[in-house]
Amino acid sequence: MPITAAEFDDVRDFVRQMSAIVLDPGKEYFVESRLGPLAKQRGFDTIGHLIERLHRDDVLIQHAVIDAMTTNETSFFRDLHPFEALKTVVVPDLLAKRARERKLDIWCAACSSGQEPYTINMTLQEHFGGQLAGWQTKILATDLSTEMLAKAREGRYAQIETNRGLPATLLVQYFDRSGTGWVVKPELKQNIDFRQMNLAAAWPPLPRMDLIFMRNVLIDFDVETKRRIFNRIAQLLKPDGYLFLGAAETTVNLHDGFQRLQIDKAVCYQLRS
Amino acid sequence: MRAMVVDDSKPMRTILKRLLSECGYAEILEVGTGREALDVMHAGAPELVLVDWNMPEMSGIEFVSAVRANPEWNDVTLMMITTETAIDKVQEALAAGADEYVMKPFTKEVLFDKLEIRKSSRA
Repeated sequence: MPITAAEFDDVRDFVRQMSAIVLDPGKEYFVESRLGPLAKQRGFDTIGHLIERLHRDDVLIQHAVIDAMTTNETSFFRDLHPFEALKTVVVPDLLAKRARERKLDIWCAACSSGQEPYTINMTLQEHFGGQLAGWQTKILATDLSTEMLAKAREGRYAQIETNRGLPATLLVQYFDRSGTGWVVKPELKQNIDFRQMNLAAAWPPLPRMDLIFMRNVLIDFDVETKRRIFNRIAQLLKPDGYLFLGAAETTVNLHDGFQRLQIDKAVCYQLRS
Repeated sequence: MRAMVVDDSKPMRTILKRLLSECGYAEILEVGTGREALDVMHAGAPELVLVDWNMPEMSGIEFVSAVRANPEWNDVTLMMITTETAIDKVQEALAAGADEYVMKPFTKEVLFDKLEIRKSSRA
């Protein structure tokens, strides 16, 4: 279902007003792909007729449009369970094992717009802030998209993005209000190094990692590329380090150097000894 | 699981009830004022209350304070659902005893994630 320029402007103004998410010109296809199915589902012939209802203060339609335009955004504490595993098992284990060198190296591969590295940092500061005082804790956050990295580095999020997954107590502690959105406080950014990196190309020199988050990105690659990436991870991950993949991803049948570890509802991987 | 929606807007109550139902709540009560909500609490407190901030007669924040003043209701999860977005409002709600704060507009995923985080923090 195509939309006209005027209809796109209407939707763009509405979404910006309601959610502070900005739809740049050229995103007409995105609006069509999200609102076309909704219009059909609600019995409208065109997206234009759906948009007309937005102006009649139809709360149900307004809500459905916001829902359709924002679903699938990455979020803070996405899937929750990996961060629970960090809290209960992974970080306490690493704190004990790295007590002499007092150093942790963490890598968020495919960090997208930054919610994951900031979530890891909040988890560390909230639950292990005291114990990590005096430690060198570095988070390397990489992504292919320079646009996403710029957003991640800036740490500025629309209200609807901070709404998702972020407990209110952490919002007021680690974010400042900025216009209609929120921006990450400097203390949550200072140990995160955002860098552009293509996982499928040659990797730059990286330090050995205690913890790797590589979630929901391998799913986009073919089998050979996945195997190549797991080979590299097997060399990069410390022997007692931890690897987290997306919920629908696994090393099984791709690389036999990893063993699966279940921590409550979370699954992670360690190198076979 | 039993929940209550406190909002003076009937359409918003309809939306919230639908979302709670999709999040697994079997019994969902709805009232339009804080006073009615307190009456329901006295008759039998639900596990979760979603409450609007701006309501006539008794504001959401007054309702939250009243609930938190009664130790019998300590286990009830109170979630503010509001258009108030200033940081001092969030702080005020948390200080009054709200467990969570959701800014309108929001999606089912927002509510679902907040409920999951709440469950895991209480486990």
